[in-house]
Amino acid sequence: MEKRLALQMRGITKRFGPVTANNHVDLDVYQGEILAILGENGCGKTTLMNMIAGIYYPDEGQILIGGQEVLIRSPKDAFDHKIGMIHQHFKLVDLFTAAENIVLGLREKEGYNLKQVNARVAAIAEKYGFHLDPTKKIYEMSVSEKQTVEIIKVLYRGADILILDEPTAVLTPQEITRLFDVIRRMKADGKSIIIITHKLNEVLEVSDRVAILRRGEHIATVNTAETSEAELTEMMVGKKISLDIPRSEPENAQPRLVVEGLNLKSPEGVQVLTDISFTANGGEILGIAGIAGSGQRELLESIAGLQPVESGEIIFHNPKKDKPVTFFHKSMKRVEELGREHAFHDRSGKEVSFEGMHRREIRKWVESGDVLFKEDEIIDIRNKNPLEIRELGIRLSFVPEDRLGMGLVGSMGITDNMMLRSYRKGHAGLLDRKPPRELAEQIIRELEVMTPGISTPVRRLSGGNVQKVLVGREIAFAPKVLMAAYPVRGLDIRSSYTIYRLLNRQKDRGVAVIFVGEDLDVLLALCDRIMVMNGGRVTGIVDARSATKEEVGLMMTRTEKREEEGR
Amino acid sequence: MSVADRKENREPLIHLSRRISIPRWKAWGIRLAAVLLGFLFCGLVAFLLIDRLQQNPGKIGQFYMDFLNGAFGSNRKLWKFMKDIAILLCIALALTPAFRMRFWNTGGEGQTLVGALAAIAVTFYLGGKIPEGLLMVLMLLAALAGGALWGLIPAVFRAKWGTNETLFTLMMNYVATYLVSFFLEIWVPNGSGALPRQEHGKMPTIGHDYLLIILIVLALTAALYVYLKYTKHGYEINVVGESVRTAQYVGISDKKVIIRTMILSGALCGLAGYLIGAGLDQSITTESAGGRGFTAIMVSWLGKFNPLAMVLTAALIQLLNQGAAQISKDFDVSGALPSVIVGIILFFIIGSEFFINYEVRFRGHENRREQGAVRK
Repeated sequence: MEKRLALQMRGITKRFGPVTANNHVDLDVYQGEILAILGENGCGKTTLMNMIAGIYYPDEGQILIGGQEVLIRSPKDAFDHKIGMIHQHFKLVDLFTAAENIVLGLREKEGYNLKQVNARVAAIAEKYGFHLDPTKKIYEMSVSEKQTVEIIKVLYRGADILILDEPTAVLTPQEITRLFDVIRRMKADGKSIIIITHKLNEVLEVSDRVAILRRGEHIATVNTAETSEAELTEMMVGKKISLDIPRSEPENAQPRLVVEGLNLKSPEGVQVLTDISFTANGGEILGIAGIAGSGQRELLESIAGLQPVESGEIIFHNPKKDKPVTFFHKSMKRVEELGREHAFHDRSGKEVSFEGMHRREIRKWVESGDVLFKEDEIIDIRNKNPLEIRELGIRLSFVPEDRLGMGLVGSMGITDNMMLRSYRKGHAGLLDRKPPRELAEQIIRELEVMTPGISTPVRRLSGGNVQKVLVGREIAFAPKVLMAAYPVRGLDIRSSYTIYRLLNRQKDRGVAVIFVGEDLDVLLALCDRIMVMNGGRVTGIVDARSATKEEVGLMMTRTEKREEEGR
Repeated sequence: MSVADRKENREPLIHLSRRISIPRWKAWGIRLAAVLLGFLFCGLVAFLLIDRLQQNPGKIGQFYMDFLNGAFGSNRKLWKFMKDIAILLCIALALTPAFRMRFWNTGGEGQTLVGALAAIAVTFYLGGKIPEGLLMVLMLLAALAGGALWGLIPAVFRAKWGTNETLFTLMMNYVATYLVSFFLEIWVPNGSGALPRQEHGKMPTIGHDYLLIILIVLALTAALYVYLKYTKHGYEINVVGESVRTAQYVGISDKKVIIRTMILSGALCGLAGYLIGAGLDQSITTESAGGRGFTAIMVSWLGKFNPLAMVLTAALIQLLNQGAAQISKDFDVSGALPSVIVGIILFFIIGSEFFINYEVRFRGHENRREQGAVRK
């Protein structure tokens, strides 16, 4: 069977500052085929497609359509060449109807004769088997219907090459089946469909060929019929690279954070986490692997007290035995409560009782350092907010994924960012900037933060320096548990190794470190154990010293057998 | 021929790019240049509009001197100048904590009016019946509470249900105006709507009539500067304004901060209302705030939400107002001219922010700079 080329990419390269997102990528797309683009997060799939769709402009290389070199500088250019992209995040006007959204931005001579438009939309929908009411408003639509509008929008403009960015990420299994039917019908109509995905089962189910990208490079394009899950995984994750990150043997690992049967629903009611159970030990780095959006962020945020969980336990083991009650316990209500629960003894081993004492006397006694914990504290921190967690005396540090939007205040200098967690200290209403300034100076010195000054807004610093400030602050509080989400994302090699070193030092100090990462090589080299998440579930916890990349990669991508059989 | 050489593919004539940073002297240089250009342009417009200037172009010097004469021409003008700055600044200071929190309180007008109304209501009903000292205190407290209530209502709706505060606070202005009309209808039986000066509860004076008002606002400026910069509350306001997610991350309750800050913002507007109602007019009309609730928004913005800088921006705006009024008197032109002049200058100042935030480059520059990096 003779196949005609629809689109060719020749030597496409795109750089963002020092980062090369795509490196000399060659890719062919034929008419009437479904091509899957497969790769891990950040491998450059979306960037590559954005260059065909006119969102980005390549630094080097050529794009050929029907054998002719073309220049695509805007989405309009792309449409002129009959290319349309359906983005992961829909770009629709909520208050408009489906048809109004579809013709939005078109300059047609016929004007906006909505009757005609509705008829044409309905005709397209019928031709490819969509279910869509052209007069329905977007805000009344389900996610799947919105996606349909986006696809028809592209077809309405006469696109022959359709790019779908992670189209199944937001759909239910039934909707996915329906979408694939539509895609096959479009293919039968001679259109070229490119699907960006990282789900292996879908690739095998729907595509004709698969192009695999890894770290911005095109590894291979293979015929779907001639490949297997294992082969694709290997091409996707690559052979193990020796990274030379030092890893010490955990000493005296004790359970520090125990999560049992955690369930979480998003505000929209979607089940995000299902029955998550694991233990993070002190003196150990627990890695969390998974495709982005598998529930890692929600898991860390629910532990940190930022997301209300539905059910399950988050138990914190506070190593307090024979330690004096400290600053954090100066929330006197809590101290009195623990006193009634017989939680303290004094230095001679006699039980402490606050019976009949005035609060002021209790405070004085506690501050003298003679009130000691009898046992380790075991506290359920589920659905406590970050402040309550701290007031319970739990030193839980969290380096969130969104550094400037959550972990730091971009417009403030380093000093003021150091205060974020500690500004409440002291009794008067005034801020005490001296300790944070000293801490800021210390972090700049020890972590070699490159900054014009201590009060330069952190937003102006480079990604690596921003991260050093954030990690530095979170470590400065001598945490017992340290959670870090993608702490080396976007960082250069040198800064990355600084972060690895800091995490290792925390581990050696006996901290339970939880490291959410995307680079499997790093996870395998740095962590002691790796928990793999997939679709909001734990699909396995492996020993990082003996696990292989393929093993972890498969756990990350394979959809559960149960669901497959159920269909 | 390569595709890049075709005419339609040529790079655009003007490039705009966001500046990452700009030295402070350069930013202020641009602002100063904008003000000067604005004054020059005002002269041009005035020349086109004012007959007397066309007949006698030498009077252009007087035109510019009038800006100074309007404010500093006599002792009386100078005191009025300082008093008006104080009132304007007071409202601007009141709005600033909310603005720092990115809570766009456009309700300064209404909050001020309600403050004044509350104070006048107290003296209307209790004046002469209780000791003067007690009356004064009650009037002040009523004004603060009235303003605070007017700020609290939109804050609660925003915190609990996420309503848009800009529209809400704006609407509350109209409610305040009609509330004043309503009470004037009750208080003034003859229907003229003009409430006579109230004899009781006038704010005490020291030295000059306006001196105490000016001192109060100066003290407030310093206090608010300290509040925003050196207190825990001020810090929380900045965190919430920058990112609600960051606030939640460290356990700051954004709802609590929003409500607390709007109570403060409203109460300070109420204070301005007290200064107007009890300190100056001893009466109230629907125009008692006189649009200053809106002008104050500009004062606060132009001063970059910094109380100390706002003293200068309030002074500049008041200088323009009084200068323009002087011009319309001296040149015998329509009362609309002041608005035109003030508008022109503000247009230039606001426009200059564009050149501070963006860099403008022309086609040729780009080519020279990136020669060699161009596609082959």
